[in-house]
Amino acid sequence: MSQANTVKVSINNLSFFYGNLQALKNISLPLYLKKVTAFIGPSGCGKSTLLRVMNRIYELYPNQRAEGEVILDGENILARTLDVNTLRSKVGMVFQKPTPFPMTIFDNIAFGLKLYDKLPRSELQGRVEDALRRAALWDEVKDKLNASGTSLSGGQQQRLCIARSVAIKPELILLDEPCSALDPISTAKIEELISELSEDYTIVIVTHNMQQASRVSDHTAFMFLGELIEFGETEKIFTMPSNKRTEDYITGRFG
Amino acid sequence: MNSRRRLMRQLKSRIFLGLSAAATMIGLGWLALILGTLIYEGFSGIDLAIFTESTPPPGGMGGLLNAIYGSVLMSTFAVAVGTPIGIFAGTYLAEYGRDTRFAFIVRFVNDILLSAPSIVLGLFVYDAMVLTMGHFSAWAGGVALAIIVIPVVVRTTENMLLLIPNTLREAAAALGAPRSLIVRLVTWRAARAGMITGILLAVARISGETAPLLFTALNNQFWSVNPNAPMASLPVAIFQMAMSPYADWHRLAWSGALLITITVLLLSIIARLIEAQTDRGSA
Repeated sequence: MSQANTVKVSINNLSFFYGNLQALKNISLPLYLKKVTAFIGPSGCGKSTLLRVMNRIYELYPNQRAEGEVILDGENILARTLDVNTLRSKVGMVFQKPTPFPMTIFDNIAFGLKLYDKLPRSELQGRVEDALRRAALWDEVKDKLNASGTSLSGGQQQRLCIARSVAIKPELILLDEPCSALDPISTAKIEELISELSEDYTIVIVTHNMQQASRVSDHTAFMFLGELIEFGETEKIFTMPSNKRTEDYITGRFG
Repeated sequence: MNSRRRLMRQLKSRIFLGLSAAATMIGLGWLALILGTLIYEGFSGIDLAIFTESTPPPGGMGGLLNAIYGSVLMSTFAVAVGTPIGIFAGTYLAEYGRDTRFAFIVRFVNDILLSAPSIVLGLFVYDAMVLTMGHFSAWAGGVALAIIVIPVVVRTTENMLLLIPNTLREAAAALGAPRSLIVRLVTWRAARAGMITGILLAVARISGETAPLLFTALNNQFWSVNPNAPMASLPVAIFQMAMSPYADWHRLAWSGALLITITVLLLSIIARLIEAQTDRGSA
């Protein structure tokens, strides 16, 4: 935390609508390079929505739209001119429930790789191994790469999904409550993994678990009813928040 | 007082249990009777001749070879034509159209087609193909059966794809996969077992259809492989022979009915096995 912070993503005056319902109201905040930023807040506060803007995954659904700017490396990713699949090659996402594809462990990882490059088999194997190692899953699955991805345990499946995102070498990784469906031991493994990955990647994590936010993140954004209430260094947010509502939330007085 | 109330309650429970059991027995009883008769009457008639000889002339002896061939050929044609159309239409409804007005209309029309009496479809093909071509043909029979296959496959394909959680699509999209690849590599694969089951059920459905073949493929007493000519099929052969005054023909009809039943039973078992297989795989 002592290193200088470089801004990787800059969110400016972002609003989001589900039909006529406004879910985000003029959000502005930076995401720092190779840091972990946590979004916390009660259910329905818009933290997952904010995450889903950053890879434009919301565009799968009609009636959802975003206004404002999200600048990634100097480029507004909400611009119509930007190809959404190019954007998604730079932004990985892991979901609340593990989402292994109905194919082998190897093919799960290779899926994303094959979208962008036609790699020779040997290089493909190398990239798959590298991704599984980064997700701390290699030792557990190296002897059964041809087993179905769905045959793994919940925690392993989630690490498989992290490996899948890491395989395409994204610059930004979005984690949407990645541990909420996992037991404490699997959760600890994922948290450890997040710290390791933050050496190379910029990470955003949405979480309901405030201890988790304080353990894994460098910066924290507290959101409430679609508004950003407070953003700052995690240590400061959790020890001396400047806003009364942040304090009430982290001390468990509501939410 | 208390014990009397309990007694009443137990009595009521017994009565309802008895009524339910009786209703079940009546339903299953008929089924057992039908299957029993079918096996009793049909099994004795099944011999090698059934598979090697064509349908006999009046009063003569023979088999069902031409009818079996006709049923297999026309069903295969119907599945080959109907399945791709059904799968693509079902995929459109589940993956692309969803809540659009066009998808709503397609779904509605498909539901009508699904519940349309098959004799109406037969009449339609008679008018559209038989009258235009000037003669009955196996082509027309195959087309009539295909029209029955399509709505069944559309419906099961859509339903199976809708069972796939959206997060799986999102996960593939988040990696940068275009929609066509998401469908081809992820959702079709995840729904594969259900979709295959749908196709098997469609085969089971058409294998017993008589009405749409009556005025399309008509019937043919002789061995014929020409799809441009009238062709025999099991259901129509059964219909014709059951109506005849000859005891030998009756026995052949029973055997044909048994063959169809066994085929449908086997298809259902295969469908169940495939389902069980994937349940275990994705648990």
